[in-house]
Amino acid sequence: MAARVRSRLVLGAVLATIALAACGTEEVPQNSLDPAGPIARDIDGLWWLVFWIAAVIFVLVQAALLVSIFRFRARKGDEGRRIRQLHGNTKLEVAWTIAPAVLLAVIAVPTVATLFDIRAEPTGDDVLEINVVGHQWWWEYEYPEFGFFTANELHIPAGRPVNLTMTSDDVIHSFWLPRLNGKRDLVPGRVSNLTLFADEPTPDGEFLWGQCAEFCGLAHADMRLKVKVHDEDGFQAWAAGQAQPAVIPTDGPAAEGWEIFKLVCTACHPVAGTEEAQVRLAPDLTHYGSRSWFAGATFRNTTEHLAAWLRNPGDLKPMAPELNDLAADPPRILGMPNFGLGGAEVDALVALLQSWE
Amino acid sequence: MATVAEVTEVHAPAPGHKGLWSWITTVDHKRIGILYLWSALLFFIVGGIEALLIRLQLFTPNGEILSADAYNQLFTMHGTTMVFLVVMPLASGFVNYLLPLLLGARDVAFPRLNAFSYWVFFVGGVLLYSSFILGGSPDGGWFGYAPLSTQVPEYVRMDFWAVGLLTLGVASIASSANFIATILTMRAPGMTLMRMPVFVWMTLVISFLLLFSLPTITVGLFQVFFDRNFGTLFYETAAGADPLLWQHLFWLFGHPEVYVLILPAMGIVSEILPVFSRKPLFGYSFVVFSGIAIGFMGFGVWSHHMFTSGMGPVAEAGFAISTMMIAVPTGIKIFNWIGTTWGGRIRLTTPMLYALAFIAMFVIGGLSGVTHSIVPADTQQHDSYYVVAHFHYVLFGGAILGLFAGIYYWYPKMSGRMLSERLGKWQFWITLIGFNLTFLPMHMLGLNGMPRRTYRYDENLGFDLWNAVATIGGFVIALGVLLFVINVIWSRRHGEIAGDDPWDARTLEWATSSPPPEHNFDQVPLVHSRDDFWHRKYTLDAEGFLQQRDEPVGDWIPEADPEHIHMPSPSYYPALTALGMGIVGYGVLYQPAGFIVAAIGALVLMWGAFGWSMEPVTRTPEPMAHDDRHPELEAAAATEEVESE
Repeated sequence: MAARVRSRLVLGAVLATIALAACGTEEVPQNSLDPAGPIARDIDGLWWLVFWIAAVIFVLVQAALLVSIFRFRARKGDEGRRIRQLHGNTKLEVAWTIAPAVLLAVIAVPTVATLFDIRAEPTGDDVLEINVVGHQWWWEYEYPEFGFFTANELHIPAGRPVNLTMTSDDVIHSFWLPRLNGKRDLVPGRVSNLTLFADEPTPDGEFLWGQCAEFCGLAHADMRLKVKVHDEDGFQAWAAGQAQPAVIPTDGPAAEGWEIFKLVCTACHPVAGTEEAQVRLAPDLTHYGSRSWFAGATFRNTTEHLAAWLRNPGDLKPMAPELNDLAADPPRILGMPNFGLGGAEVDALVALLQSWE
Repeated sequence: MATVAEVTEVHAPAPGHKGLWSWITTVDHKRIGILYLWSALLFFIVGGIEALLIRLQLFTPNGEILSADAYNQLFTMHGTTMVFLVVMPLASGFVNYLLPLLLGARDVAFPRLNAFSYWVFFVGGVLLYSSFILGGSPDGGWFGYAPLSTQVPEYVRMDFWAVGLLTLGVASIASSANFIATILTMRAPGMTLMRMPVFVWMTLVISFLLLFSLPTITVGLFQVFFDRNFGTLFYETAAGADPLLWQHLFWLFGHPEVYVLILPAMGIVSEILPVFSRKPLFGYSFVVFSGIAIGFMGFGVWSHHMFTSGMGPVAEAGFAISTMMIAVPTGIKIFNWIGTTWGGRIRLTTPMLYALAFIAMFVIGGLSGVTHSIVPADTQQHDSYYVVAHFHYVLFGGAILGLFAGIYYWYPKMSGRMLSERLGKWQFWITLIGFNLTFLPMHMLGLNGMPRRTYRYDENLGFDLWNAVATIGGFVIALGVLLFVINVIWSRRHGEIAGDDPWDARTLEWATSSPPPEHNFDQVPLVHSRDDFWHRKYTLDAEGFLQQRDEPVGDWIPEADPEHIHMPSPSYYPALTALGMGIVGYGVLYQPAGFIVAAIGALVLMWGAFGWSMEPVTRTPEPMAHDDRHPELEAAAATEEVESE
């Protein structure tokens, strides 16, 4: 018996060591324990404070339990052991009622203080405002300062606060970018706010990762977030580019793509600078070619992925377009249907979309 | 072990106690308890298989074993099953079987209502599971957040969920009322409230919790069902509805429900620790009152499930502090349990191992629960695998381990035979190791950013290792459960004969035979103290140490006619009434044609209820002769109270 308990202890210690060793490792891009900005750092600091208090209590309580088990366990031949019949001890009871209460009161102070800090909306001239709308199963971003929309891949500047004003068009979603802040729900009919503040730009080709955290139906797992943090110049340059209208191609496969696009895609997808594509029910494709990710930021925006998506979107991502109801108020959109496009049509649309950089 | 009498054979069941019909018509609380326990065990295996499929899908990144659709159905049904069809009925099984025995009573206050509760539960479970073959099972999560749960009325899936939960709610309301009446009116003479076993106290608390919390989810479920089927706009945001209403209604039920799941296990552990420590429960009144405090405070913490929903920092701070406060009475219980073992003589039998592991694992779940009250930290943990880890430490490490302790402890009383200790200890260690392998890594997964309810994850997120470990752990648990099932089935025929009091226990159920006769006690005990049965066997010496009596003592209230103890007759009306409810349930799922079916179901229901109320309560001549020499017993039986005070 004792050997078994000891082996259990060893196993527990090994697991705990591995767990601690795994904290904050670099190859975990969605790690809440690896903050990349002051808000996430405040939360992280509070977490570790509470963690260590909890760890001490854990050790004390488990030690008391194990000591009691080892010290007082029945042994062969001590059936006659004399046992005092204690019914309780009021002093002890009072002590272990008050001590945890005091400890919790101590934890409550920084909890409430940090809570009001992270919930405060940022003020000042340098705040970047972005409107976020959650959709099944993608993100829509509007930059009102610059007058453009984009989708799935969020771009923000480093070193200044970004205020996300968020709502949802269908069901409840939750914006979770663990390295910059905790999560915040997007509730239809309500507006919520979340502040992002990033210390530094992300290296070339790298993104901060996150994803929708409130179960939102079939493709909840594939409603992901990629956030590019620029330095200020880079952000301004990116935003200026995004604010340009799309260029309608006039020759080559891209022009053929535009003819198909007008027939098939404009029922849902808007493209700035065109008359034909003004229905805003699906991701804005104005600068689709400039994006690194698509389809709920789940897939790299490569030619292969895009072609596969256009051949049959359901191959890449589970959706329920058979339940789409564009005539309803509000319209119900549960994914992109398979339009049965042939190889040439797909190639033409790929050329079109990639031309919109 | 102090064996009161030499018992070499388990009684054969009384005549009329065999066959399916006898189970359908039984109103004996013990047989109803056994029905609950077997049903819960069956659903535990089903819910466990669902969990294994989920774990297989997550074993590797971008797993392809399940489609997103199948995955969503499975996690919805896994949660719904484990909460409503496993932990609640397991606890209900124990309460049913034990409550009258612990109180020195001969049955619950309303035996036929008790049968009705079971059959409604059974019908609700069948209804929920039949969805798998009738268009797909519910897929909107066990919490069914609107407006996702109202979004696709074309599919009947979430209608199954709403009707299923409504049906199960009827069962819980009926049994709660029954248990409260039993505890308040059926105690043996001398069994004052503060002499009741802690398990009985916890039953009283959860019964009130259910009685007050189920109405809120009932309202919510009706709203969801009406939105989906009759065009109401409770959760139609385009018409100005606020979906947070559902969250408030759901969690105002859902959080007290958490305590409904854990308090029975706490009660069981509070019975087992003193027996195997040979000491009374340390701080009985503190354990009882902290349980009551948890019950009251449990109604004031629901919004900690909504810290990311946008209630505003003032409300969030309030619920953070109330959530922290509930840790205080929980801590009191843990300290008192450790105090109970301290200075005793601890026999590490299988039920005791489970009870001790319950404390150790529940401490982890309790501490991670406190971290949820740290709102800023909770905005990272919420809806991540950290939460999955937390509530499995509470509901598996807590509730299920506590219930396993109860099964190993009371199986001898229920069957007359011991479960194998050797298999039991193997199962214990395998289950405990498997449990920690499965759920400890989930803390890391959650903090590393893995959200719940996601059917796949990319390989470069750093989630691979811990998911693989958790899946392996899941199969280790499955091995443990397999050993348990083998043990339960094998021991029914081949287990060691238990005798009346195999554990040298403290409470009244051990004062009667194993299994007890239908009328529980030949003579009703007259109770002089807490743990009355213990004091019939032991006394204190001059220095306050335990001393065995030379001869067991104890008062019994003599029966006027010990040959003829009146028990309520079997009745098929409770099952018929429940069947009517089930038919109504299926009918409303398929409108408009289904309304005809629902109308037929309503007629069956009324037939059952009418027959039930008109049915005479006297027993048929078998197995005991009808007897009219005792009109006062007749009168008592007519009000379904055979208690003789």
